[in-house]
Amino acid sequence: MYIIIIGGGQVGYYLAKALLDEGHELLVLEKDPVRTAFICNELGSVCVRGDGCEMATLEEAGAERAEMFVAVTGDDEDNLVSCQAAKHRFNVPRTVARINNPKNETIFKKMGIDVTISSTKIILESIEEEVPTHPITHLLDIQEQGLEVVEIKIPPHSTAIGKMVKELPLPAGNTLSLVIRGQQRPFAPEEDTVIEAEDQVIAITTPESEEALGTVLRGS
Amino acid sequence: MKVVIMGCGRVGGRLAGLLADEGHEVTILDLDEYSFRRLPPDFGGTALVGNGTDEDALKKAGIEQADAFIALTQGDNRNIMACQIAKHIFNVPRVLCRTYDPLRRELFGSLGIESFSPTTIFAQMIKEQLLKPKGEKN
Repeated sequence: MYIIIIGGGQVGYYLAKALLDEGHELLVLEKDPVRTAFICNELGSVCVRGDGCEMATLEEAGAERAEMFVAVTGDDEDNLVSCQAAKHRFNVPRTVARINNPKNETIFKKMGIDVTISSTKIILESIEEEVPTHPITHLLDIQEQGLEVVEIKIPPHSTAIGKMVKELPLPAGNTLSLVIRGQQRPFAPEEDTVIEAEDQVIAITTPESEEALGTVLRGS
Repeated sequence: MKVVIMGCGRVGGRLAGLLADEGHEVTILDLDEYSFRRLPPDFGGTALVGNGTDEDALKKAGIEQADAFIALTQGDNRNIMACQIAKHIFNVPRVLCRTYDPLRRELFGSLGIESFSPTTIFAQMIKEQLLKPKGEKN
């Protein structure tokens, strides 16, 4: 697959390295000449000095035959503009943008960027997971459907303990998909599975209902 | 009319003064307070330190009630992004964008952002001036 990467910083460099290992054809566009030379030295001639927001540069880079376009610079406005150029001017089927300020996620989605990755949000969530009292851990967003996969640990005084799954007033559209209990093999809970203290529950929820789900499973 | 301007450079500062003089309600945003020195001393509008691509800063500037938003920073991409936020998130009725790069202006024009390229306009003006018969003045 031919992939164009905008931005040869740490993210761009390691991404290029990983994609080359997988056998993809790729090109990195980087504004800084020193950084461009570094990447060419390390990875071969896969990096060209240029501004990924300039139409002429994108044309030279063969953007019209790219199957994927990934903008990972540290500036959200550059990522937004270059992805829209790729999408609307060169008809690249899949555009992926890194978002540095989590507030910008809405505008990226509205402007039709296919995939957005909010690096700040991911770092925050990973750190939150390490805080032992954190009630809900986000594992994954399923963006197209507006769903998220979360992990909830049942605390010792939860009112959910001793209840069967079908007795729990789960918010509409929420599903408990997996229970991890002690050393047992993880299992998919059924209607009559009884919740125990210290169970780790993997659930499908929505951003609007995750708080209600947390109350059902962790309330005391 | 309530107008929010992003970027208090020479053009932004001057435009803010002109509009305020005509009685419009003007709020101008800039990242650097020092830029506000370019506003006329009797400027009747509001000057706010803030980033025009930040939704919270735009709200503080009153974007939700604004009739028009104008992006005049030095960065084409910043201007385009701010205009798209104003248009698509805050539904500002009139959004104007300065885009130095003519090709970018063309692309985002086709995506619904009304923009000007000073590059194209000045090049044209200077050419016309240069090729005018000698003695004729502007």
